[in-house]
Amino acid sequence: MYTLDDTIVAISTPLGYGGIGIVRLSGPEALGIARQLFRPAGRAWERGIESHRLYYGHIVDPQTNRVVDEVLLSYMRAPHTYTRQDVVEINAHGGIVPLREILALCLRMGARPAREGEFTLRAFLNGRIDLAQAEAVLDVISAKTEAALRVAIAQLSGRLSQRVRQVRSLLLKVLAYLEATIDFPEEDIPPQDISPDLLQAAQQLEELLQESDRGLIYRQGVRTAIVGRPNVGKSSLLNVLLRAERAIVTPIPGTTRDTLEETINLQGIPFVLVDTAGIIDETEDIIERLGIERSRRSLEQADLALVVFDGSEKPSEADHQVATLVGDRPAVVVVNKSDLPQASDYANLLPGAPHISVSALTGEGIPKLEELLIQVVLSGQVVTSEAPLASNPRHRALFQRALEHVREALHALEEGLPLDLVSIDVTEAIDALGELTGETASEELLETIFSNFCIGK
Amino acid sequence: MSSATPHGRDLVARPYEVIVVGAGHAGCEAALAAARMGRRTLLVTMNLDLIAQMPCNPSVGGSGKGQLVREIDALGGEMGRNTDRTFIQIRLLNTSKGPAVQALRAQADKRLYSLSMKHVLERTPNLDLKQGHVEQILVEGDQVRGVRLARGERFVAKAVVISSGTFLNGRILSGEFSTPAGRAGEFPARGLSRSLREIGLSLGRLQTNTPPRVDARTIHFERAIPQYGSEVPLYFSFAGPPEQVYSLPINPVYPIAWQAAWRPQVPCFLIHTNATTHRIIRENLHRSPVAPGNIDVVGPRYCPSIEEKIVRFSHKESHQFFLEPEGWATGEVYVQGCFTGLPFDVQLDLLRSIPALEEVEIMRPGYAIEYDFVPPHQIKPSLETWRIHGLFLAGQINGTSGYEEAASQGILAGINAALYVRDEEPLVLRRDQAYLGVLVDDLITKDLTEPYRIMTSRAEYRLLLRQDNADLRLTPIGYRLGLVSEERYQAVEAKRKAIQEEIERLRRVILKPSPELNAFLKRKGVRPLNQAVSAQQLLRRPGMSYEVIQEFAPPKEALPPEVIEQVMLEVRYEGYIRKQQRQVERAKRLENRRIPEDFDYASVIGLRNEAREQLMRHRPRTVGQAARIQGVNPADISVLLVYLERLARASQGAKTRGVQR
Repeated sequence: MYTLDDTIVAISTPLGYGGIGIVRLSGPEALGIARQLFRPAGRAWERGIESHRLYYGHIVDPQTNRVVDEVLLSYMRAPHTYTRQDVVEINAHGGIVPLREILALCLRMGARPAREGEFTLRAFLNGRIDLAQAEAVLDVISAKTEAALRVAIAQLSGRLSQRVRQVRSLLLKVLAYLEATIDFPEEDIPPQDISPDLLQAAQQLEELLQESDRGLIYRQGVRTAIVGRPNVGKSSLLNVLLRAERAIVTPIPGTTRDTLEETINLQGIPFVLVDTAGIIDETEDIIERLGIERSRRSLEQADLALVVFDGSEKPSEADHQVATLVGDRPAVVVVNKSDLPQASDYANLLPGAPHISVSALTGEGIPKLEELLIQVVLSGQVVTSEAPLASNPRHRALFQRALEHVREALHALEEGLPLDLVSIDVTEAIDALGELTGETASEELLETIFSNFCIGK
Repeated sequence: MSSATPHGRDLVARPYEVIVVGAGHAGCEAALAAARMGRRTLLVTMNLDLIAQMPCNPSVGGSGKGQLVREIDALGGEMGRNTDRTFIQIRLLNTSKGPAVQALRAQADKRLYSLSMKHVLERTPNLDLKQGHVEQILVEGDQVRGVRLARGERFVAKAVVISSGTFLNGRILSGEFSTPAGRAGEFPARGLSRSLREIGLSLGRLQTNTPPRVDARTIHFERAIPQYGSEVPLYFSFAGPPEQVYSLPINPVYPIAWQAAWRPQVPCFLIHTNATTHRIIRENLHRSPVAPGNIDVVGPRYCPSIEEKIVRFSHKESHQFFLEPEGWATGEVYVQGCFTGLPFDVQLDLLRSIPALEEVEIMRPGYAIEYDFVPPHQIKPSLETWRIHGLFLAGQINGTSGYEEAASQGILAGINAALYVRDEEPLVLRRDQAYLGVLVDDLITKDLTEPYRIMTSRAEYRLLLRQDNADLRLTPIGYRLGLVSEERYQAVEAKRKAIQEEIERLRRVILKPSPELNAFLKRKGVRPLNQAVSAQQLLRRPGMSYEVIQEFAPPKEALPPEVIEQVMLEVRYEGYIRKQQRQVERAKRLENRRIPEDFDYASVIGLRNEAREQLMRHRPRTVGQAARIQGVNPADISVLLVYLERLARASQGAKTRGVQR
């Protein structure tokens, strides 16, 4: 559940983007976790770790001994830290992939992914920041967690979540059996061998883990095609969105030669921006140069269209063609170049989609556009093909935790330990998966017991 | 105000401090606790012959419930001892399923249980018993003042405990027949229901049911499977065998092929329904007010009527019934598992379709009963109502089901009524401390849709809340309150010390491989040693018992079996126990964070509306409780934490500037 004394971790990347990022840990286990991952280069570290000092070394995966990244690590002893708890900051500079890996390692070592605003919340609760700042904290929490909650629900529509639910209900069935035999010992509940179900759950969790390792999961966000005729400012729009991005930016090369994919993360929701701009092949015919064909192709694979028009000019034939192409797909219309005198508001093009006026040049309207994108996704107008929206390391950590508990339950069964002890690990596995779905087991468990077993007294 | 006046004349020599209304399982424990804590107590009941009555089966304990009885005993309550005096059979359930879930279950002699409890009440100093019908709760402002009886007399007290069971506006349903009643053959309490409403409490309605009782002379016992009691002595009370056992000559109608040496017991008998039984029920579903689809009041899921079992589990070809004698001498037999609202003629037909009951005669038909309860968001963890100071509610009135649930709330209400009179802080038990803590916390944080029954699966820390360690957990509390004798308290502390010392010793003692030891291990089917290990490590091996310690590393003085039991549990399950203790620690910060009673949720910006409504309704005492309320999510908890912190700093800042927390 919700605690304040455990150790949390998150990637706290400074504004803008670049190679350097920080993984920050806060809580009683912060140093313990860091010790397991950090291989110091010099001897200073072994002589005794000093607070508020930088140490140079490498982050190494303790299981494989593989070097993940070259880092600077600092340890800040409580209470003179931002959160008034022990804090460790790992400055990595290998880019986003190692950052994610470091985060995943911290999670594997027992840290919990921080919720939105949680570092600040701890800082406040521990008396680190003053009364005036409390209001700001509140804003962060109430604005962001509400969204996060809806994201959690939204992400449960896809294929991945279906599989998570499958494992969870399998485990719930096992637990219902355990609890029914325990709480209703005098009923004629037929004895069951629960190990096949546990083995199956373990296998499914292993598959999920493997897939998240291969990166199949986290690359899927909301596929957003930026379409429009040439020179309406698609590239500038892409760039400004990337620059305004406050969290993680992942440049992933396009899967096809002629598109560029960039992932931005808006309040926890990854948008894979598929850009067709700037890749004009002079040998192509005029239609192709207008980008119509390319727009059509990228639209086919997209969950959402970002349709860009030039507000300083009147709608052209090509604009009409783009609009026809988009049709009734989920779309957001961006009327660019609001810094110039406006010639048209494009209201009659794609009237079903929300319109917004921006300037990619000055950045005017961009925050509003971001909000609009989030809104459109959260309101369910966009159905993503392979839904998971949350970040990969968090999923992975939860799968890992669930798997470990399932294995311990199996081990306890083999050892002939009593069922009430087996149930402890099964419960923890269910709770771990429940964190993905936002579900708690207690009431659901009773429902499962009473619908599966005929219980008398 | 004079203490008891019909017409201005004092009826009692000294005024009461605590009045308990209703002498069921909750009322008896409440009255005993208050009186034993030195409060002058009055227990009012509608019928002095039906004290601690068991209107359902005369069974005490079972999974979860057994733990509650042990906790009542550890706190200095009566249910365990009274059961030990009067049981006709006892068993330990779940012996193979693990230490956390083992539970005692006994069958009491229904009449003797009641009689024995009455004798205890009558011999308790400070406690008066009176027969009467309470019509009204007397209230001045938001303060309880006493009660008024139907005959007109008024009794004054600082604290009042209401434990009125199913009597509040009770209504019996049996087939097409329905009549107002408290229990079969007894009047309902309508005035009291009205009075509760008048003082501003809202009421809900619940339903429960009870099966038919049949005549033992008309049962073919040879066609049933006997279920015998325990071969070894078992008692609910940590004090061991009772000073007095109440018994009667066993009715010769029961065939008893085997008898335990330590105490005579009466077996139960197992029978099964068949296709004919199910057909009879299906054909008559329309005549049952409790069959699925015919009822709008919610009955318990864990206690479904036979109608419901047939409908919902239609694939099941047979259901089991237990025939449970209701006492040593009586020929009345309870048909456990056959809860029903079907009319009498159908009950008879369905029972007679079972070979053992071919010629059975029903003595009392089963029935369903509907009654008022006070949805428990209206009480505090002390069981005092939010609305009226000094008014406590315990038992079925809070929406629970079961004697054990009632009795455990009873002792808590009695304790807190006594503490209230003494102007002291109430006793509140935590979820990691007692099943009783789990029960009360669940009541005040959940919205009940069915009568609440305790289950071990409701206790997230159940490995810590074992029936075998209830004394270690709770007897010090009972002692501090004055409910447990010095002698018993010292015995528990000596036990605690012996356990700790032995665990320490086992950690230190090293056992080296020797031919004798390895031969011993081989005999026990345990892998022999090839290097020295601590006694503790050796004990953790599967298949190991304490015998190896007695043989090869005995303590200076032989330890009593209850100490060895605890040592073995602590050593063998240390990993799991630690795991649970860590969970408790993690939860502590929120559990310890108090919310002021007058906290204004309306002023908290950022709470979602649903959460705000639920929090205002349930008024959690701690942030931990708030987090368990349905419809409150982690974001709401964060918002709440920020506000509480701000509140704390504002008030602190007003007192001292610049002092760090």
